[in-house]
Amino acid sequence: MEAFKEHVGLVVPLDRINVDTDQIIPKQFLKRIERTGFGEFLFFDWRYLENGDPNPEFVLNHSRYAGASILIAGANFGCGSSREHAPWALQQYGFKAILAPSFADIFRNNCYKNGILPIALPADVIASLSQEAHDTEGYRLMVDLEEQAVICPDGTAHTYEIGDFEKYCLLNGLDEIGWTLQYETDIAAYENQNRL
Amino acid sequence: MKKTMYEKIWDAHLVRASASEVPILYIDTHLVHEVTSPQAFEGLRLNNRKVRRPELTFATMDHNVPTTDRSLPIKDQIAAKQMETLAQNCTEFDIPLYDINSPEQGIVHVIGPELGITQPGKTIVCGDSHTSTHGALGALAFGIGTSEIEHVLATQCLLQHKSETFEIRVDGTLPYGVTAKDIILSIIGHIGIDGGNGAVVEYTGSTIRALSIEERMTICNMSIEAGARAGMIAPDDTTYEYIAGKRFAPKGEAFDAAVEGWKQLPTDEGASYDRTLQLDAADIAPQVTWGTNPGMVTDVTERVPNPADMDTADEKRAAEHALDYMDLEPGTPMTDIAVDRVFIGSCTNSRISDLRAAAEVVKGRKVADTVNAMVVPGSQAVKRQAETEGLDEVFRAAGFEWREAGCSMCLGMNPDTLMPGQRCASTSNRNFEGRQGKGGRTHLVSPQMAAATAVTGHFVDIREFSS
Repeated sequence: MEAFKEHVGLVVPLDRINVDTDQIIPKQFLKRIERTGFGEFLFFDWRYLENGDPNPEFVLNHSRYAGASILIAGANFGCGSSREHAPWALQQYGFKAILAPSFADIFRNNCYKNGILPIALPADVIASLSQEAHDTEGYRLMVDLEEQAVICPDGTAHTYEIGDFEKYCLLNGLDEIGWTLQYETDIAAYENQNRL
Repeated sequence: MKKTMYEKIWDAHLVRASASEVPILYIDTHLVHEVTSPQAFEGLRLNNRKVRRPELTFATMDHNVPTTDRSLPIKDQIAAKQMETLAQNCTEFDIPLYDINSPEQGIVHVIGPELGITQPGKTIVCGDSHTSTHGALGALAFGIGTSEIEHVLATQCLLQHKSETFEIRVDGTLPYGVTAKDIILSIIGHIGIDGGNGAVVEYTGSTIRALSIEERMTICNMSIEAGARAGMIAPDDTTYEYIAGKRFAPKGEAFDAAVEGWKQLPTDEGASYDRTLQLDAADIAPQVTWGTNPGMVTDVTERVPNPADMDTADEKRAAEHALDYMDLEPGTPMTDIAVDRVFIGSCTNSRISDLRAAAEVVKGRKVADTVNAMVVPGSQAVKRQAETEGLDEVFRAAGFEWREAGCSMCLGMNPDTLMPGQRCASTSNRNFEGRQGKGGRTHLVSPQMAAATAVTGHFVDIREFSS
């Protein structure tokens, strides 16, 4: 996994609550056996019209948001299906961080495993950042993981919470399986003790 | 210290817990299917890792299997490739597989309990959010992503934070015509689709106690639709009777010993939960969803709500989007809404008791001319049992299609999908936009309500329909 320390990027607002993983990556794209190639199908049903053309009304298709790497969304982002294809699609599209008032549990876990930073901020902060992203063309934010802060162009810093272990894994691009396997003797002892 | 059932199972599975690290939790059973596993196996190969405990791992094919004649070649080459990949991975890593031609094949959350793999006190994971289903037998079961699948394959463990505990208590006698599906839809309507975020729900109370294991599975199955990490119900005599004699269940003295252990699992009297909710069964009516998530639900006797009446601006906008997508007008009586399709199936409602309940409604009646209706049993075993009981004949005589087992139109990965604009009464678990097919409109209901809707062509209050 790629390490994450800090990131500065263009912000795109998606003004919807309860965005489910079926919207992030619809099921017809889950038949692939590879881990790559999902970015072009991100938000497929919202992003493209029936004839395959980009839907001009969908925010990701507005030229001013081309190249956005920070997504701001409504509460409970990533609910529903456990498909890790959702963070794969977001990451492969180019998103590094997602800001929302809250996230669904499985989706948030899946983000951490793929070097995407899900940042929960109070609803009023999200609303004001989202408004800025609407009002100010080229609105960029800095996401600092070491300091656990989202820093606005005017220098305002919004701090956020992240688990110590998740932070450590992201900062170091850690292989979690390798980390667990260093405790192989503990696992074997547990198995022996429980006759598994 | 008094403990909840979740805390007991959690504590019993801790391999390593240090204050500064994420706990390492042992996983007793790992269920695998074709869609979320290929990249995990590939990860093992790339890192030259093995499956630590293949004998604690079980695989089946369910998500994209066709439900038509299994003797014909699979038309969707990409889906076929994914199934072939699972078969190759299971051979390479020595994992038992119930493939598309197996008499035990079925939806992973139907066959786990059916085969006796699911047992009280176990930790069970699967790369599928509806893994919460298995909590109905007193297991701690939850969905994981593909990276975590790889982690479990390699280590038989997961790095997990402990969840909060949430007791949802339902007491009283369930009114006539009201089912387990209506209980869980009503709960989600109460707490919202993020009401369970960060928590493991334990369902308690006299109403839950009186439910069969299959009904309990319907409840636990949809825990994830309220955002909960898992749902669980304490084991009791109903549980032990269900498990006895199943293929992978302990036998003879070993079974008796297991039951003694399982009896220690229920939450200690006086143990406290982080959150609680109490509902009265008498207040629950048959439910129908009107929007694009399972929390957008109402009584069948109600009308399509007005977005203007929503509590917040976000909810108002979400309701407007939903009604636009669903092509519904505020104030429309739910029973005035006509459907094009009816789907009876999915890991929520495709077990033999679901099919019996639907067949009872359908018997001697015909599917409306305007409706295309299908029944997809949850497993080949359910299908065989239904055929032994003649339920297939009841459905066929009424005009239903009778299919092979799989996830089918719950998520439309196989050819069973809605066409754009089609409206469906579905016994599945998600009414998300496009879930059953791009542009398709899904209304979640119980099997009885789906059956009655198939007959009348529009939603109907099952309590009046039957009497």
